[in-house]
Amino acid sequence: MNNRLPDFIRVTSALFMARSKEFYRDRGTLIWAFIFPVCIIAAIGFAFSSDEQGIFRTGVVNPAGDLSQAAKYLAAPWVKRIEYPDRGQALDRMRYHQLDLLLDGSEPGVYWINDLSVQSRTAEKLLLADTGGTMERRTVSGRRVRYVDWVIPGVLGMNIMFGSLFGIGYIIVRYRKNGVLKRLQVTPVTRLQFVTAQVLSRLVIMLASAAAVYIGCDLFLDFVMLGSYLDLFLITTLGSFSMIALALIVACRTASEELANGLLNLLTFPMMLLSEVWFSMDEAPPWLTVLSDCLPLTHMVQGARAIMIEGAGLGAISRHVWILGFMSIVFLVVAATLFRWNER
Amino acid sequence: MPTVLEVRNLRKCYRNLVAVDDISFCIPEGICFGLLGPNGAGKTTTIEMIEGITQPTSGEILYRGKPRDASFSLQAGIQFQATSVMEHLKTREILRLFHSLYQKTMPLAELVKLCDLESLLEQTATRLSGGQKQRLMFALSLVNDPEFIFLDEPTTGLDPQSRRNLWKLIERVKAQGKNVLMTTHYMDEAEILCDHLIIIDHGRIIAEGSPAALLREYFGYYYVCLDAPDFDRLDYDPAEPVSRKNGRIEIQSRSVNDTLQQLLQRGALLNSLSVRQPTLEDLFLKLTGHTLRE
Repeated sequence: MNNRLPDFIRVTSALFMARSKEFYRDRGTLIWAFIFPVCIIAAIGFAFSSDEQGIFRTGVVNPAGDLSQAAKYLAAPWVKRIEYPDRGQALDRMRYHQLDLLLDGSEPGVYWINDLSVQSRTAEKLLLADTGGTMERRTVSGRRVRYVDWVIPGVLGMNIMFGSLFGIGYIIVRYRKNGVLKRLQVTPVTRLQFVTAQVLSRLVIMLASAAAVYIGCDLFLDFVMLGSYLDLFLITTLGSFSMIALALIVACRTASEELANGLLNLLTFPMMLLSEVWFSMDEAPPWLTVLSDCLPLTHMVQGARAIMIEGAGLGAISRHVWILGFMSIVFLVVAATLFRWNER
Repeated sequence: MPTVLEVRNLRKCYRNLVAVDDISFCIPEGICFGLLGPNGAGKTTTIEMIEGITQPTSGEILYRGKPRDASFSLQAGIQFQATSVMEHLKTREILRLFHSLYQKTMPLAELVKLCDLESLLEQTATRLSGGQKQRLMFALSLVNDPEFIFLDEPTTGLDPQSRRNLWKLIERVKAQGKNVLMTTHYMDEAEILCDHLIIIDHGRIIAEGSPAALLREYFGYYYVCLDAPDFDRLDYDPAEPVSRKNGRIEIQSRSVNDTLQQLLQRGALLNSLSVRQPTLEDLFLKLTGHTLRE
């Protein structure tokens, strides 16, 4: 009885090392795990690096109203006019530095700028030069959060999702298909030891990959990170763990790579669209938000995003932490219950 | 010799198919026991039920007089018909991995020597040839220094040289006094390796005994063989049964001297003549009406 724990550690660490070595030696997978996210980040960086200095994005609300004072400013070639249906939305854009100046036809004689934005202040100077300084200034404040800052937690999360789901799912299905599991079944290895080793190995790989991608992105894009690295590490670990556990459910019985592929796509596709990787779900219909809330990636991305761009602590994102913890346990229990060494 | 393993009324059904149909046998201590039969006869199902991989529909399996418990897997060494190992690991790493899964083990150096793996230690599993891979899988089945070794079709798909190499390794293990239960559909393999055999067809035992005893029991004759065209031109109608196979005539001769004299008197050509003992293949054909490979 006393030997149970040392035995567990000995066997699990042997399987952990074996799996990690396999990953490291499989150069194709290794390169893909690091190259894929870097490609995406590079593409995003490229898309958002276009130098728009000299073009002033000016929002216009109620264009049918009186904009006569600013007519000369709006007609200038260095002004890009963007119309918004409501002022609140336009001010949100301004807060995130996506808009430099705002005019409202229903309130002639007033303009809005972001006083923390250099672009915004320059646009103001141009407006005042054209209008003779007669308009009233109102300001909004907001640190510069570019789309790229907003999307980084999503891309990191998406990378972890793909790596966790396909990494675990495919490997176990392949092990079952080519008989590795059958061979292990007749050794003293227990299901728990095997699964623990696979989960830990994949978790370490995913966290290392996420850290490398994070550092790489930071060098290229210098994105916003206001929260604690420890909190970010914790939510990332929990999110990754929950998705690895989800992959174990997919891989718990099948020996068909085609079926596993279909099931994994069935899981990753909704998460890509509904987990706020690329766009916010704020304006989605309620039923879609409920669906989004059922996906582990949603909670990991929302938690990480709150830490990174709002500086939230674990307390502020405790809802996401609890949900991810709960999902991890449920997925793991289901996977452990359903897991079979062989197909029969 | 005491019985090490006993199987009583073992049966396995898959929906409409009865794969193993009420078979019973005893394996005495320290021998190589063979299950011989064609593909689909129920050999693998039988051996996997004994290994504990497949649940029997009914029947009993006793190891040293008792039902098998959790300790059985520690005393058993198993080589499956078709399994693989982690693809990107080297032979040395795979051996170490399996070595670390057991508490009681055979020293790795001894295992490597026993299975002739010295030259393959730094080779990645995916680069091993079929024969080399089977040697590694054989070594894995011995890593826990088992008392009882299960070999399911150990040489199927191997070239003749690799088969002979593996036979040599099995002989070495037999010489250590270990119990071996193997399945095969190669009668030459069964004749060379097995001390005792059961012949299975359609899930049932059709004969049992040592290879020599089985042949003695079922055959009181030799085969006198000659080329069919050579035989046809002789004016000879032997009293013994004659069969025609692959352009050769086989006369079941109870007196080889008499048959040869008859043939020579009629001018049969000596260079096409041969005399052979019946084999397990002949026995199988005699018992079932079809060959092992059909």
